Amino acid sequence: MSRKYLDIKANPAICNTDDIPVLPYHEFYDLVSNLLADESKHCLVYFAVPSGENLQFYIAIADDTRNSILLAAHVSEREGAILQSLASGAYQLHGFEREIHENYGVRFEGHPWLKPVRFPYNRHDQNSVMENYPFYSIESEELHEVGVGPVHAGVIEPGHFRFICNGEKVLHLEIQLGYQHRGVEQLMLAKESALQRCILSENIAGDTAIGHALAHAQLTEALSETPENETLHIERCIALELERMAVHIGDTAALCGDVAYQLGQVVCEALRTTVINTTQLWCGNRFGKSLIRPGGSNFPLTEEVAESILKLLDDTGRRYAEMADRIFTLPSLLARFEDIGIVTREQALKLGLVGMAARSSGLFRDVRISHPFQFYRNFPVQPVVQTSGDVLARALQRKKEVDESIRIIQNLVARWKENKADVPMPSYHSKLRPSTFAISLTEGWRGEICHTAVTNAEGKLQHYKIKDASFHNWMALALAVRNQEISDFPLCNKSYNLSYCGHDL
Amino acid sequence: MLKEIKILKSHGIQYVKDLRTQKVAERFRGRPVIANDITDEEKRQAAAICPTGAIDPAKGCIDLGRCVFCNECALALPDKIRFTNDYRIAANRREDLIIRPGADQPVRLAEHEIRPEIRNLFHGSLKLRQVSAGGDNSGEMELNAAGNVNFDMGRYGIEFVASPRHADGIVITGPVSKNMATALQMTYDAVPDPKMIILVGTDAISGGIFADSPAVDRSFPESHRIDLYVPGNPAHPLTFINGLMDLLGL
Repeated sequence: MSRKYLDIKANPAICNTDDIPVLPYHEFYDLVSNLLADESKHCLVYFAVPSGENLQFYIAIADDTRNSILLAAHVSEREGAILQSLASGAYQLHGFEREIHENYGVRFEGHPWLKPVRFPYNRHDQNSVMENYPFYSIESEELHEVGVGPVHAGVIEPGHFRFICNGEKVLHLEIQLGYQHRGVEQLMLAKESALQRCILSENIAGDTAIGHALAHAQLTEALSETPENETLHIERCIALELERMAVHIGDTAALCGDVAYQLGQVVCEALRTTVINTTQLWCGNRFGKSLIRPGGSNFPLTEEVAESILKLLDDTGRRYAEMADRIFTLPSLLARFEDIGIVTREQALKLGLVGMAARSSGLFRDVRISHPFQFYRNFPVQPVVQTSGDVLARALQRKKEVDESIRIIQNLVARWKENKADVPMPSYHSKLRPSTFAISLTEGWRGEICHTAVTNAEGKLQHYKIKDASFHNWMALALAVRNQEISDFPLCNKSYNLSYCGHDL
Repeated sequence: MLKEIKILKSHGIQYVKDLRTQKVAERFRGRPVIANDITDEEKRQAAAICPTGAIDPAKGCIDLGRCVFCNECALALPDKIRFTNDYRIAANRREDLIIRPGADQPVRLAEHEIRPEIRNLFHGSLKLRQVSAGGDNSGEMELNAAGNVNFDMGRYGIEFVASPRHADGIVITGPVSKNMATALQMTYDAVPDPKMIILVGTDAISGGIFADSPAVDRSFPESHRIDLYVPGNPAHPLTFINGLMDLLGL
């Protein structure tokens, strides 16, 4: 009996491209529909690669209970392909099918809405432009539309939000992104040096520089069969948790700011500064750019930096706990957070949410636990889940994840002190395995980040696919504001704090 | 109330007293110093390493407008190139961002090039509209931090405003993605005269690692007079605020 899919229990996962079973589309359709009907499996990435006269499609599905990644493939013609939409049954694939349609013109029959993803410069339909995009609208005397963006009130990235409102109440929100599109995936192939690809990966989404740089470094190491170094793994996990802590504390500040609780805002802003200044002490950059490289580190952890980290955890940890205690017991704040922007577990599951957005709606997904990478393989992370799915849940989620990150870092520093092996310098000149498919997952602070690469017979990158957690999670925001006051939109938006540039690439 | 007082006590005094002299971490990479005796071979070597073409292979100078501060050139040539933690690297002339071998003086604005209306009108109150045109969010977060309780540029009357109608100028981050080009132009057009343009971060100044991307449209930064260039990846709040203080004559 021929296998329908390849099952790899590793992260990163790597195989010969030829080993991935290529199925006729109706078998692929049945396979994927059946697999995704089980909530312990979700699609990591589904994309197409031009290959001569054809389009080669790959899908990677995470199996959370068995800690493995399932890979399958199918092929279609390069132009004019019409396929039955998988998204009509498994909504979580909606973004991937839209992306394939936008990039290559493949028509997915029965897809609920082949809405543009990001208007990439090399999109298949060059007539589809942002200026004439037809937003969903309703003819009505009683309803009105509100358009926000791309340039928003605050100092944040651009995106367009088109609301259909009945008075103050939002009936429908359509989000259109793409303004931040810089062509990262194409640049990954066009750039000549490994160092350039590292710089690119750090700049996909600067506030999750470590998350993306690590996904890229891991992928590169797998493709070049670089030996693993345990100390390096420990240090990278510490850096990733510091990034998580820093953003969560900053988001707590932003949430307080949006409900006019100034004390919470200024205190948490100051606390965020202490965390990123520690990252700066370590590598010279507040966002950890330059810290994560394949094969080694230019900034191995030192005793001095380790002591600063421990001191940070004590001091900032204590002050954050003190502030959080006040935030989560203040009735005027709770009244603004509770029952606002609810996304249910069922909605989270249907949409295929990942990371923090999923966990705060009671859907547990965390790559550090389901597909452990780096030192998380040796050090279990405790799950943090909220069930109410409202702004309060997302705020509490951050607070509790900070607590857990503090615990993780304290333990990792202790392990590092025991370990203390030398960390090599980064390597930028490794050869990549030819005709290889590789996939690398990290749990960035928003959620699962997935970098996938395909190499050709000469060992050159043929395709590089990047997926940020935000690719899944933007739809959650669109649902969260339904039947809410439009004035709560900024709060809902900040409660998710999704990445525009991570989505737009 | 008691809880709040206790928190305020823990919080303490947060504002940086003197933004001109505040120290940053030793490892922070600000203004580089390139040794005068860097050889021709070393110049070529450094240029070959640089991911964004910020180093001239013949002259051996580093263009802070292209540099992403990755430190690889300094790692390869530790005796010839080192990055100091001098964060005052904003300039108002593009050529002043180019650091030549042997140069070890601070980067300062060319006073005579500052438009007089900037000093006359905005000295005590400068309202800025930020436009993220493909920025990766690190720059935007640092600009937000410039107004936080530590850096508090608001003490000088500098703040970001929601509407370009209320602004005295625009602050651009990101390489200018094609998809933001129209919105950027419209925002700039909506700002009343006199107005200024500030480019913050490597991506805004030169396109950075995205400079050669077909998804990027550099026409706006290249066709307008720029009043201030603030280098960094991302630009540090202290670089931004010091640059503004210099521009305004504070």
